[in-house]
Amino acid sequence: MKFIQIKNCYKVYKNGVTAIADLTLDIDKGEFVFIIGASGSGKSTLVKMLYREEKPTKGTVEIGGINVGKLRNRTVYKLRRKLGIVFQDFKLLPKLTVYENVAFALECIGLKGSEIRPKVMNALEMVGLKEKVRSFPNELSGGEQQRVCIARAIVNDPKLLICDEPTGNLDPKTSKEIMNVLEDINKNLGTTIVMATHDKEIVNRMKKRVIVLDGGVLTGDHLKGSFKINENV
Amino acid sequence: MKMFRILNRCIRDSFKSVMRNISLSMASIVCTTITLILVAIAIIVTVNVNNVTTLMEEELTVVVFVNKDVTSEQVKNIEDALNKLENKKEVVYKSKDERKLEMQNSDESLKVTLDYLAINPLQDTFIVTVLDVDDLAPTAREIRKIDGVESAEYGEGTVEEIVGIFDVIKKATIVIVIALVIVTAFLISNTIKLTIFSRRNEIEIMRLVGSSNTAIKLPFIFEGFLLGLVGSLVPIILTIYGYMLAYEKTGGTLAVEAIKLVKPVPFVLITSLFLLVIGAIVGMFGSSGAVRKYLKI
Ligand SMILES: Nc1ncnc2c1ncn2[C@@H]1O[C@H](COP(=O)(O)OP(=O)(O)OP(=O)(O)O)[C@@H](O)[C@H]1O
Ligand SMILES: [Mg+2]
Repeated sequence: MKFIQIKNCYKVYKNGVTAIADLTLDIDKGEFVFIIGASGSGKSTLVKMLYREEKPTKGTVEIGGINVGKLRNRTVYKLRRKLGIVFQDFKLLPKLTVYENVAFALECIGLKGSEIRPKVMNALEMVGLKEKVRSFPNELSGGEQQRVCIARAIVNDPKLLICDEPTGNLDPKTSKEIMNVLEDINKNLGTTIVMATHDKEIVNRMKKRVIVLDGGVLTGDHLKGSFKINENV
Repeated sequence: MKMFRILNRCIRDSFKSVMRNISLSMASIVCTTITLILVAIAIIVTVNVNNVTTLMEEELTVVVFVNKDVTSEQVKNIEDALNKLENKKEVVYKSKDERKLEMQNSDESLKVTLDYLAINPLQDTFIVTVLDVDDLAPTAREIRKIDGVESAEYGEGTVEEIVGIFDVIKKATIVIVIALVIVTAFLISNTIKLTIFSRRNEIEIMRLVGSSNTAIKLPFIFEGFLLGLVGSLVPIILTIYGYMLAYEKTGGTLAVEAIKLVKPVPFVLITSLFLLVIGAIVGMFGSSGAVRKYLKI
C-alpha cells in the first residue's frame, strides 16, 4: 500500500470554484515530489487537503492508511503531529529566539524540557543553524528564517514534510541552499517530501518526480528525472 | 504528566497575555470591578430589604377591638370565630385590665392619666397574627363582620405600601444585576477577542504543529477566569470593610428601630464568595464566547 493515496478527489470551494477535479495520485514513502502548475491551478489546495486544512468535497485522501478527509476537527491535531509543514511566508514568532521557535512545536504537544533540547539541537544542526540559536527572527536573512521553519517542521520526526512554495520569497542562490537542506532531509531522514512550487529552475535542476496540475486537473505525472520544463510553459 | 505540562503552559500563557495586553486587561478588570461593586451594592440592598420585609411581616398583626358591652360568652364566641379564620397564625386575647396594666407600666404619663380615671376606658382586644401579609385587608374585613367586634385595625395602607416598594426595589436590583453581569461578560469577551487577534499568528502555528483544540482554547478561558477573579478583589474588600463599617456606625439599625441590618458575619463572607464566583464565571463565559466566535475550532 502506498503512503499517500488520493482517489477521485474533488475540491469545490464554497464560492463554487472547482480547485481540484477528479485527482487520483499515489506517493510512496520516502519520495520527493514536486507539484507544479500555473497560479490558481490548485497546488495549495491539494497540499491543504494533505494536512487537512481543507476537506475533499468528493473522493478520498489517505495518508498512512488514515482517511484524512474523514478526520473530525477535534482530532486533526493527531494528524498534524505526524506532519511537518513549511510555507512561503515563514510564520515565525518574532518575540521568540530561533531555539524557542523550534522548541515551541514540541512544547505545544507537551514534551518535557529534557526531551525538547536534544531534538531542537538536532533539527537546527540538520538545517545548519546551530550557531544562531539565540538570534531573533528579525536578525536573520530570509533563507535563515526559512531554515528555522524547516527545523521546526522536522523537529518531531515527521514521516511527511509538506512545503508550499518554500522558496517563493527567496533569491535563486538562497533557494538553492534551501533545496539542499530539503534534499538532505529526504535522503538522510527518509522523510517523504511534497513540495508545491512554480520555480522552474529548481524543478529542472533537482530531477525529482513532478506532478503537473492545470486548472485543478492532473495533466502530467513525470517520474524521477524525466521532466524538463520548457521555458515557454 | 503530559497533561500537567500542557496545563502549566496554558496558565503561564494566560498570565503572559494579561501582562502583554496590560492596558486592555486593566480596562476589563476595572469594568469587572465596577460591575461587581454595583452587584455587591445590589446584593446588600436586596438582602437587607428582604430582611426588613421579613421582620415587618413577622410583626404584622390585626388588633381586634371588642364591643364594650359584651358578655364573656360573646368574647368566647369571637375567639372561636377568629380561630376559624384561614389566614390566622395565632390569636392572643388581652382583656382591658391587662392592657391597662401594660400601658401603666410602659409610660409614666399614661400611668398618671389611667390612675386618675376611675373606670377603665380601654376595650378587650384580640391580637391576630396572620400567615399571609398580602391577605391582611380581606382578613381584617372578615373580622369586622364577626358579631361583637367593634373594629379591626392594622397599619392599613402604609404597611402594604412599604412591602410594595420593597418588592419593586428587589425586582429592580435583580434586573440591574443581570444587566450588569451581561455587560461584564461582553467586555471580557471583547478583551479576549483582542487577545486572540493579537495572538493569531501564534494560534495558527499552534494548530499547524498539532496543539489540541483544548490546549489552544484553555489559555483564553483561563485568561478570562483570571480577569474576572482579579476584578472581584476590590469589590470583595469594599464589601467586607464597607459593610462592617456601616454596621458598626449605625449599630445595626437604620432610621427607625424597625429597619434592622443583617449581621455582617457570615453575610459579607457569603457575599464575597458570591462576587468571586460571579467574577470567575462571567470571565470564563465571556472568554469562551469569544473563543467560540473567533477561534473557529
Ligand atoms: N479558500 C478559498 N475559497 C475559495 N476559493 C479558493 C480558496 N482558496 C483557493 N481558491 C481558488 O481555488 C483555485 C486554486 O487555488 P490554489 O490556491 O490552490 O492555487 P495555487 O496553485 O496554489 O496558486 P498559486 O500558485 O498562486 O499559489 C483558485 O482559483 C483560487 O481562487
Ligand atoms: Mg499556492
